[in-house]
Amino acid sequence: MTMNATAPASARGEASGPPEPAQAGSAPGGAPRRGIPRPKATPARRASVFLSAHPRVRLGFLLAAPLFWLGLVYVVALAALLVTAFWSVNSFTGEITTEWTFDNVITVLTGSLYQTVTFRTIGVALLVTIIDVALALPIAFYMAKVASPRARRILVIAVLMPLWASYLVKAYAWRSVLSQDGILEWVLAPFGLHTPGYGLPATVITLSYLWLPYVILPIFAGLERVPDSLLEASADLGGKTWPTIRHVVFPMALPAIIAGTIFSFSLSLGDYITVNIVGGANQMLGNLVYTNVGAANNLPLASAIALIPIAIIFGYLALVRRTGALDNL
Amino acid sequence: MRLSRLSRTTLAVVAGLILVIVYVPLGVVLVNSFSTSTSLSWPPPGFTLEWWQRAFQSAGAMEAVGTSVFVAVISTAIALVLGTLISFALQRFDFFGRHTVNLLVILPIALPGIITGIALNNFFRTIMGVPLSIWTVIIAHATFCIVTVFNNVIARLRRTGTKLEEASADLGAGVWTTFRLVTFPQLRSALLAGGLLAFALSFDEIIVTTFTAGSGVTTLPIFILNNMFRPSQAPIVSVIAVVLVLVSIIPIWLAQRLSGDEQKRR
Repeated sequence: MTMNATAPASARGEASGPPEPAQAGSAPGGAPRRGIPRPKATPARRASVFLSAHPRVRLGFLLAAPLFWLGLVYVVALAALLVTAFWSVNSFTGEITTEWTFDNVITVLTGSLYQTVTFRTIGVALLVTIIDVALALPIAFYMAKVASPRARRILVIAVLMPLWASYLVKAYAWRSVLSQDGILEWVLAPFGLHTPGYGLPATVITLSYLWLPYVILPIFAGLERVPDSLLEASADLGGKTWPTIRHVVFPMALPAIIAGTIFSFSLSLGDYITVNIVGGANQMLGNLVYTNVGAANNLPLASAIALIPIAIIFGYLALVRRTGALDNL
Repeated sequence: MRLSRLSRTTLAVVAGLILVIVYVPLGVVLVNSFSTSTSLSWPPPGFTLEWWQRAFQSAGAMEAVGTSVFVAVISTAIALVLGTLISFALQRFDFFGRHTVNLLVILPIALPGIITGIALNNFFRTIMGVPLSIWTVIIAHATFCIVTVFNNVIARLRRTGTKLEEASADLGAGVWTTFRLVTFPQLRSALLAGGLLAFALSFDEIIVTTFTAGSGVTTLPIFILNNMFRPSQAPIVSVIAVVLVLVSIIPIWLAQRLSGDEQKRR
């Protein structure tokens, strides 16, 4: 806090010091000098003086509303979700019974359906993340370090624009691209190839497509922060392109890359709509949660299933926290 | 590091190819919005303007746009206030639990949407006993929009530092005057950028929305999802998609201009 050091000094001086005449007359040197009129002691002024003298109160004002909101709406909701996972549903009335039971968690941990779906979901999320980083690195590098400022601006717009096209529309676009009489089949058929149709490959393609801008943007921002002077220094010291990228660019861009992976991994992990649109009969964790909230009306079981992605994401966040990736989100 | 001409060209080609792949599906949607086929078949058997006409006459679609704008505007306003407050707290103060608060802001966007969705659904319905409505959607959206405002504002605060504010305080300006005349003008474009992103995020959100919307609350994404699989409505969805992409050029252009102006000034 550098502000306290100076701000209160002036503010306090005005508040507690004896009232001086507004016109200071002439300075000792003899040259006439006009004094600064003293601000009126309005309530707003007094509050302002109090605030600048009490940084903790200021902090309290700043934090109160956001923490109230996030605490009440989000932390309580998450905690309640954890608790609900240990409750059960009365199978006759459909009402939630608030008695502690480990049944749901045991079902989720041991049921073969849940294990299969969990591994499938993690596999899809990992694959999507790898594809996205592989695609994002060259284009982000080109944008940040090769393209002219003008081309860069156009590229940023080109990457951003699909972000604004609705998520559903993009999934739907891939549904039409991948369909049996869609454009992909039309392009591939002359070569004796066929569209993958609807299924897990289609899900991976569509999810990679959906999250690609979310991965490009942090990596681009990270690469842009690598100063050109460092690259020049490396070249002057005889560093070739590849060693420079490996030893200079990559370590500096790593937090940004990890920030990008948090998006693609987390968004894929919880998705259930894309898999509905292009995934055929395949289910992901999100589908199991959705079915249990809606049709099956079993919130406790849904909460227990939801614990799986929560645990995975928290594990991942804890793992990457030290790299500073969270500041790049 | 000096890139050879070959590697520059290769990079340019790869970047170009990726962009082509990004735009082909959107192009397909554009063409499909004029196609006489309702089953997405390619190449289109014929062209018609019927879907465009029907989309603009569709009361359901127009109402959904209105609902989405309403939700997005209010959640963005809430997110702007809360996000700005919390970025000041985290950037200007060092306090116990600072990192936890930081994590707390990021969490709604770092956790999968379905977690946020089910947690809030459970919170509203079982814990609070509040029926789902349009306001539960707004509360949910504001919660995950805070982070976009926060990111933009805290980045700006880091860059501007406190020198000008100190000078203002030394010259006798109170907290409010300093904020109004010194701090806020410095933040304005960051707030606009964060607000635009928050608006976009809210406007497009579907997962958390399905879990928190009361019956009868139809945002545009919910409308699209409901109509996507109906053959008679599917081309209308394509029209809405094209319009959304075209309209989105305005805010992106605006955001770009703002950041461009700032680079020139520095």
